[in-house]
Amino acid sequence: MDFTVALAQIKPKLGCVADNLAIVEAAVERGIREKAGLVLLPELALTGYFLKDLVPEVALSLDSPEIKKLVELSRHISIAFGFVEVSPDYRFFNSALYLEEGEIRHLHRKVYLPTYGLFDEQRYLAHGERFRAFDTRFGRMGLLICEDMWHLSAPYILAMDGATTLLCLSSSPGRGITADESLGSTAAWQKLTSTTAMFLNCRVLYCNRVGYEDGVSFWGGSESVAPCGDVAARGMVLEEDFVLAGIEEGALRRERIFSPMMRDENLFITMKELRRIERERDC
Amino acid sequence: MSNLTVNTRLLRKILVGFIREEVEKVGLKRAVLGLSGGIDSALVVCLAAEALGPENVHACIMPYRTSNPESEAHARLLAGKLGVHHEVIEITPMVDPYFDLFPEADNLRRGNKMARERMTILFDHSAAFSALVLGTSNKTELLLGYGTLYGDMASALNPIGDIYKTQVWQLSEEMGVPRVIIEKKPSADLWAGQTDEQELGFTYREVDELLYHMVDMRCNREELLARGFAPAFIDTVYGKVQNSHFKRRLPVIAKVSNRTIDRDFRYSRDWGK
Repeated sequence: MDFTVALAQIKPKLGCVADNLAIVEAAVERGIREKAGLVLLPELALTGYFLKDLVPEVALSLDSPEIKKLVELSRHISIAFGFVEVSPDYRFFNSALYLEEGEIRHLHRKVYLPTYGLFDEQRYLAHGERFRAFDTRFGRMGLLICEDMWHLSAPYILAMDGATTLLCLSSSPGRGITADESLGSTAAWQKLTSTTAMFLNCRVLYCNRVGYEDGVSFWGGSESVAPCGDVAARGMVLEEDFVLAGIEEGALRRERIFSPMMRDENLFITMKELRRIERERDC
Repeated sequence: MSNLTVNTRLLRKILVGFIREEVEKVGLKRAVLGLSGGIDSALVVCLAAEALGPENVHACIMPYRTSNPESEAHARLLAGKLGVHHEVIEITPMVDPYFDLFPEADNLRRGNKMARERMTILFDHSAAFSALVLGTSNKTELLLGYGTLYGDMASALNPIGDIYKTQVWQLSEEMGVPRVIIEKKPSADLWAGQTDEQELGFTYREVDELLYHMVDMRCNREELLARGFAPAFIDTVYGKVQNSHFKRRLPVIAKVSNRTIDRDFRYSRDWGK
């Protein structure tokens, strides 16, 4: 079905869950006012990014009042957002929820925790163990958190699992200044979202945060990418923004007729070769 | 085009946003900095004026009796052009009585003392005006250790610490720093005729190319040689970076507890901001 997505390019405060919840609620309410069907918020929207030892202090369980409040709001608009989740056995995850019609429809725990360069996620967080597509009122979707998207297998699995819309929540730091128009990290992401959409004949809805933490900027530039790889809407770079983008069901249908790569994707060959590689690696 | 050429419009946006957000985050609106008449502090004062408004920027011009009078003139020229608050605080009456006690002190000690005297003035003004101290050390200086620990290297926020001198020149053009400041030879201005490049033994453009390949691109020695850098130059610069690393770190703490500051007690400085 046709719907409007809102990409809430917010600036969370580091380690301030109550303040960030208010920011998220305001974005959700704006989405409702603007008659969006779905609102996306960035990775770790409720906490900020460079948490380090704050991780346990800002973590929420799925039955916390903060999450319940957002679940309640999802009666009016579907919501995807990032937070730190604490599991009953006290593992801490960089998680994202998809909420719809007053229910948690999907929980994704970030699988690929970057621990290189300026990143140090694996020191503080446990990694997720699955990529699963899920059904929503807008069709079947997949949810990825930032670095997950850089692993080709992740969006591939979701697309093979039937997702036609990929949601990617991000806290991507700005870096790599050159003479080019964009930062290196911006240019790389823009290639990635577009190429992923094209490869998998999927829509990609990308929401990245802005603001600074300890001198690191987050560059924003949230996007709605059509299944052909064209960017239909893009948020401002390095500024707070609230992007409203119309999603046309027909664009997906037409793209899947023009470029039926996913129809022709051969799961049998892929699995056979991956099993062989797995066997050979074992020896 | 050099690898060090940057999109100055984008860089300006990031650095102006950095100053604005990091100052406002801590509940303040003002910044204070030392204005030497040289290009680094000239660039920072331009960025600060754009980020916070000139009325919220306080520049301290802090000459010593041997400073080149041209430096103060250039600092005044720029402060006047931007419309930032500025005052001249001569450090000679603070520095000279000290060295009357140690007349044998060499230029290094004297230079360090002057840099630290200026630092105390800036941090006093920080308290007086509820203003954060802006640092003016660029990436080249920081990597080479060409600065005084707890002196000119001390600040609350440093907008230019990740850009090389070559890039400072580029951004200064974009920001409209007066030509006379851009074109003069960089100098610590500790004694008459001193220039950085003479003291370092190489030019900023040469060393920036090397540092870019060594630090940013992580080229190994063979790769640096293949790019035409002389072995002695590589070794000298690598040695400077290594030997000055202590200047870029907090003091070392002897660990005895389970949670030691900065080792296993880790928080961002923007904690709760």
